[in-house]
Amino acid sequence: MKRVYALEEYCVGCRLCEINCTVAHSESKDIIWAFKVEEPRPLPGILVEEVKPISFGLQCRHCDDAECIKSCITGAMHRDERGAVVCNADKCVGCWTCIMACPYGTIKRNEDKGNVVSKCDLCPDLPQPACVSNCPNEALIYVDRG
Amino acid sequence: MRQLPALCHFLPYTCSQVTNPSIDPLREPMELKTYLGRKPDKLEFDENGRLVTKLTPQLVLNVPIMFSAMSFGSISLNACESLARAATQLGIYYNTGEGGLHSSLYRYGKNTIAQVASGRFGVHADYLNAAAALEIKIGQGAKPGIGGHLPGEKVRAEVSATRMIPEGSDAISPAPHHDIYSIEDLRQLIYALKEATNYAKPVIVKIAAVHNVAAIASGIARAGADIIAIDGFRGGTGAAPLRIRDNVGIPIEMAIAAVDTRLKEEGIRHQVSVVAAGSMRNSADIIKAIALGADAVYIATSALIAIGCHMCQKCNTGKCNWGIATQDPQLVKRLNPNIGARRLVNLITAWEHEIKEMLGGMGINSIESLRGNREMLRGVGLTQKEMDILGIKAAGE
Amino acid sequence: MLEYVIIGNSAAAVGAIEGIRQRDNTGSITVISEEPYYAYSRPLISYLLAGTADDKKMAYRDVGFYEDNGVSLLLGVKAVSIDTTSKEVILSNGKAVTYDKLLIATGGKPFVPPMKGGDKKGIYTFIKRDDAERLKAVAKPGTKAVVIGGGLIGLKAAEGLVKCGVDVTVVELADRILSTILDEQAAAMVQEVLEGHNINVILNDTVTEVVGDNTVSGVILKNGQSIECDMVITAIGVRPNTDVAANTDISINRGIKVDDHMRANVEDIYAAGDVAEAYDIVYEDQRVTPIWPNAYMQGEVAGRNMAGDDVVFDSGFARNSISFFGLPMITAGIIKPVGNEYEVTSIVQPDKKVYKKAVFKSNRLVGFIRLTDIDRAGILTGLIKEKIDVSPFKDKLLDEDFGFVYMPKSYRKEKLLGVKRK
Ligand SMILES: Cc1cc2nc3c(=O)[nH]c(=O)nc-3n(C[C@H](O)[C@H](O)[C@H](O)COP(=O)(O)OP(=O)(O)OC[C@H]3O[C@@H](n4cnc5c(N)ncnc54)[C@H](O)[C@@H]3O)c2cc1C
Ligand code: SF4
Ligand code: SF4
Repeated sequence: MKRVYALEEYCVGCRLCEINCTVAHSESKDIIWAFKVEEPRPLPGILVEEVKPISFGLQCRHCDDAECIKSCITGAMHRDERGAVVCNADKCVGCWTCIMACPYGTIKRNEDKGNVVSKCDLCPDLPQPACVSNCPNEALIYVDRG
Repeated sequence: MRQLPALCHFLPYTCSQVTNPSIDPLREPMELKTYLGRKPDKLEFDENGRLVTKLTPQLVLNVPIMFSAMSFGSISLNACESLARAATQLGIYYNTGEGGLHSSLYRYGKNTIAQVASGRFGVHADYLNAAAALEIKIGQGAKPGIGGHLPGEKVRAEVSATRMIPEGSDAISPAPHHDIYSIEDLRQLIYALKEATNYAKPVIVKIAAVHNVAAIASGIARAGADIIAIDGFRGGTGAAPLRIRDNVGIPIEMAIAAVDTRLKEEGIRHQVSVVAAGSMRNSADIIKAIALGADAVYIATSALIAIGCHMCQKCNTGKCNWGIATQDPQLVKRLNPNIGARRLVNLITAWEHEIKEMLGGMGINSIESLRGNREMLRGVGLTQKEMDILGIKAAGE
Repeated sequence: MLEYVIIGNSAAAVGAIEGIRQRDNTGSITVISEEPYYAYSRPLISYLLAGTADDKKMAYRDVGFYEDNGVSLLLGVKAVSIDTTSKEVILSNGKAVTYDKLLIATGGKPFVPPMKGGDKKGIYTFIKRDDAERLKAVAKPGTKAVVIGGGLIGLKAAEGLVKCGVDVTVVELADRILSTILDEQAAAMVQEVLEGHNINVILNDTVTEVVGDNTVSGVILKNGQSIECDMVITAIGVRPNTDVAANTDISINRGIKVDDHMRANVEDIYAAGDVAEAYDIVYEDQRVTPIWPNAYMQGEVAGRNMAGDDVVFDSGFARNSISFFGLPMITAGIIKPVGNEYEVTSIVQPDKKVYKKAVFKSNRLVGFIRLTDIDRAGILTGLIKEKIDVSPFKDKLLDEDFGFVYMPKSYRKEKLLGVKRK
């Protein structure tokens, strides 16, 4: 399955991936609108870890053996047809068991949306995830490494 | 910068009309493949028509363009890697410069020219044997007769390991090679390098374009070099003393023409290939250099611009914003060699198309037929003397 | 074609069904469930009580789950015993089901202490969906409840009741609430929040007597104090529900003893979930770890092995994520170590209600507490599970920006780039 991998050697820590993830998950898909008008503003599914000079984007690995799915107490966290690990917001109760379980620390709390998790969904409606398309230095790649 | 005329502006090339029809490179094959190295005096065949003459090693270029020497240290590893990858993809060569070869770049050895300069930084048997050709650098176009100086702050762990000098120490290249004071001395080094690499690799000698370049080139050819690289006065560098850069050296066009003429007169032109370097800014400059007698060209600044150089002239500060002339890891990261290589491939591919287009316009279908073909050039605004040296007629003639 | 039988129908059972079906699509699966429901999320019963979860939220899997997986469900039927020689399970309706492979996933049952007056009406447990429904029917605004036990279940019940408008007192025998998952510092901070929501917490004490005629009207504590109330919820503990295995040669300690393949000592019998006593990688001992993720994972491992696979369960250790009135906490492993082989670091920010603590043993993380700042806590869980040597980044572990950036490059590459360690 194709996944997003970060090349820390080339990540410049600009966080455009985070910004574009938010935009891609906004209603308007417009950067200004998403940041200035829309409420609540979607949380980015990717986060940039940085301690200069090292930086890299990190989002859900969509694990084959996903701890979050196995741990989820409601069955909200599941794998969709594409193989992506996604959360069903209607079922999620915000118990954060998945946050406890995810060894990558890629799940965020979205309290604005009523205590449901926010995580990378691999942009189901786009040809490739928005973070990858918008990384100015191609430090995120979308490839199949099994 | 010195406001000497850029001669290339005054060397229009002639185009076919009516009697000598032009060729459409989109419809007909066009050959740009170039072999660099010593060619045999004559070819002998056995009774079965098989070649008996032992051929000397050659560099094979898909396009007559190579990336000129830029050392790891003066430019970043990511810049080196961009060049190395692009050269590999393009089927051409890049030059390590005098900084040695970083261990991660050995895998591009087939497309690498390893330079041996006066400081001998990073020179050892593996280095020489990893490369496809070796280059002895005598002089550099931007600073003929001047040594080099890489400030200690650029000598970080990786540079230090590659150059085999202590971290943080200034890397100083002496102005002359302290073991070369004559053509005979040069010959010794050339053969030492050939010996070290089993006579399997062509040896290049690089000199700056200076007034007696033709005589020097003749000596170099006789000393056993397979290729002579001549670096014109507009050759780029981030680290040449201003007065030298702006005042010393001669235009590359004059130098190439003089060398080509001289070698032909002496009947040894085939013994050595000639590479022109220094301010090849576009594909037309290349066409003109080849028509004046070069076999191929080296480009450096154009390559750096392709990978992002903005010509802000801060190279010496080590704070290149584009991750090129810097060793600061935070800045180096900004240059992703995947992108750098792609842009270089793009540049050379575009120039390749343009060269084919221009060749077609001249009614020529092979770069070989252009080499030293000065009939294809005409001068405008040049003195008779200059035209004589260039070996060209005036426009209208 | 194999006949798989599963007793119980909760996390471990669902894990087993999914585990079996990863390998075997033809064998028949029969699930025997005393509770007359499709698998539901047991931890959500407090949400049900508080009125924040409906049937849809409670359902652990989609409606079609059993049909899609070819499972025959025997709902509302109890398994009373197992004949391990004839390989059949005897049911409460007198029938018997034969098995080739049997999984015991009967979970836990509440431990109700013997107390004076313990037979009165109005005493509840809080383990099942029905418990929550029953409690909801009586938890009217203005009524009073005493919860015996200040553990996870007791406090979840208390929170649910408060949200129904009930006046709640929690009586806890230990010196702090949530004593299995929190240390004194964290417990005090959580208690403050509970008290801020009008839960009366009494520590170091317990109920000795329930008073009232037929129905509860109050309790008397060990210290003599009496408290008026309309209902009592006992939540002092859950024991592995090993009833069905009693009188068989299945070996039982606290729970059913299983090996790393979730096999009991009797051939073709497996156990998983709250009923099983499996290896705990932190305590390095056999333990019952009654948490949902363990139940699912053990069930899955059991299921795969029942279907002929060869996988081990190697991630058993306690870990909990829970919130009370919006105060989240995640804890794992050993949180209050005894002995000098442990090393502890912690950060307290009382104004932000932040508390973070990490427990190390020979350069491995073996436990942590995170209160309020729970983000990315799973990284720590992962470090415990993978037994990583944390010495290169120990001092950063509790920092707000702790992440892979502080870890050795080789480990980071392996984890993030899918580059396998040799
Ligand atoms: C109120 C509450 C809150 C909780 N919150 C959390 C939480 O936030 N996070 C967390 O990780 N864990 C939580 N837990 C613990 C978690 O629910 C259990 O770890 C999990 O349910 C265990 O699953 P299981 O499959 O082992 O067994 P159970 O869920 O206990 O299910 C066993 C099933 O088997 C049935 N059964 C038993 N005996 C028989 C028999 N003889 N015949 C037929 N059927 C039988 C029972 O009726 C029951 O339906 C909570 C538990 C409770 C009660
Ligand atoms: S959220 Fe975490 S555990 Fe779940 S699939 Fe993604 S990376 Fe894996
Ligand atoms: S927070 Fe939501 S998705 Fe995560 S475990 Fe809880 S219910 Fe499942």
